[in-house]
Amino acid sequence: MIRADAPLLSAQGVGCFFGPIRGCEDVSFDLYPGEVLGVVGESGSGKTTLLKALSAQLEPDHGRVVYRNRQDDAIDIYEIGEPERRFLMRTDWAFVHQNPRDGLRMNVSAGANVGERLMAVGWRHYGNIRGEAVDWLQRVEVDAGRIDDLPRTFSGGMQQRLQIARNLVSGPRIAFMDEPTGGLDVSVQARLLDLIRSLVTELGLSAIVVTHDLAVARLLAHRLMVMKQGHVVEAGLTDQVLDDPQHPYTQLLVSSILRT
Amino acid sequence: MSDLVTIENLSKRFTLHMQGGVEIPVLSGLSVWVAAGECVALAGPSGSGKSTFMRMIYGNYTCPEGAIRVRHGGEQVDIASADPYTVLDIRRSTLGYVSQFLRVVPRVPTVEIVAEPLIAVGCDKSEACDRAKVLLHRLNLPERLWSLSPLTFSGGEQQRVNIARGFAYPYPILLLDEPTASLDRDNREVVLQMIAEARDRGAAIIGIFHDQEARDAVCTRAFDINSFQAVA
Repeated sequence: MIRADAPLLSAQGVGCFFGPIRGCEDVSFDLYPGEVLGVVGESGSGKTTLLKALSAQLEPDHGRVVYRNRQDDAIDIYEIGEPERRFLMRTDWAFVHQNPRDGLRMNVSAGANVGERLMAVGWRHYGNIRGEAVDWLQRVEVDAGRIDDLPRTFSGGMQQRLQIARNLVSGPRIAFMDEPTGGLDVSVQARLLDLIRSLVTELGLSAIVVTHDLAVARLLAHRLMVMKQGHVVEAGLTDQVLDDPQHPYTQLLVSSILRT
Repeated sequence: MSDLVTIENLSKRFTLHMQGGVEIPVLSGLSVWVAAGECVALAGPSGSGKSTFMRMIYGNYTCPEGAIRVRHGGEQVDIASADPYTVLDIRRSTLGYVSQFLRVVPRVPTVEIVAEPLIAVGCDKSEACDRAKVLLHRLNLPERLWSLSPLTFSGGEQQRVNIARGFAYPYPILLLDEPTASLDRDNREVVLQMIAEARDRGAAIIGIFHDQEARDAVCTRAFDINSFQAVA
């Protein structure tokens, strides 16, 4: 069976080096519309470096990252001009940081954080922007009465949900998420996972989720890549990789999970 | 041909790299065909590879040797060599699996968990939930539990949620791993009836039934997996 649709994002032999140090090397995969790809591996395995290379934040030393835009043209994201890349970063790609402080503007209100993304894609009517911001705060389960409060008055879980609202409000096609549930306590994590999962399904969003938490990967990702020392050592259907791991490193990761 | 599942020359061994690379051979040279309207009971003692075999058919375990062909949308597709996208597509509309364990996202209400397979094939959400409620009702799960997450339910209640979910969409092929375990007599009867109805509508069913009475009630034949034991 062959997929009718073309990949949305395609990594072709991507490699990033910091001087002599390898961030990631020879990573290739295709991401299809509506698909969630999980990237797992221990700290230092190159997950975040790869995510940066894929999301136009770090130009790789080797290989190409090809994105299929809304006009159905396949473009190399590092060969297009800076203005076009900036435009895509505002319209088509969302980036959810592990620490919400990196993805939010802490000195403007929650409503402004969400509204800013809409203004960046051309919204001008204040009432509409505010209305949309209220709607999104409710979707991510933040009390709409907090719309004029600064994010620093929010709890960590609320800040993370606000960051997600800010990123998804402009209708992106791919969400890049770096440890989206890291650093949150488990009850908040569960809520956030449920939220991300339903938003991804409702919006038909594609996503690349970097996590070291295999339970998060199991719940969110259709497909999994396991990284070790900058290389992808195993890839496949999420439950197959986790339940019948083939590579010694994947077996080590899976067998290291504490069962409660 | 009305064979919905064709398994040819399947073998499986596990290599435990964490334990000195020890090899555990499980199955070798297994072939079997299952037609529409058949309910095949996998027979064999504990540890003979019944669950492993089921998981291989579902694409949950890799299949390094042999072919697992299922009829999917009018074509024969080999799960052993299919890409992840195809396996997910097969699971969406062709292949249902009722495992012994319920694995769910915390916080999601029972009725939505049961309705999810229907929503995944494009069914309207309220229609899907209505169908879910009919199943939950049939399986005697008290209505006050429907809006709660099943994580705190008893074993038997979780198993019934699992069964309702597995039967929400009329899959042409069903894999059932001990569907009647941990159920009381009345509920076991309901589940056996549901299996018989699926079989009679033309589903190909492969199941593990430890309970002889259940096996006699719904299965059309037994398949002895023990004769395909791999030897170390």
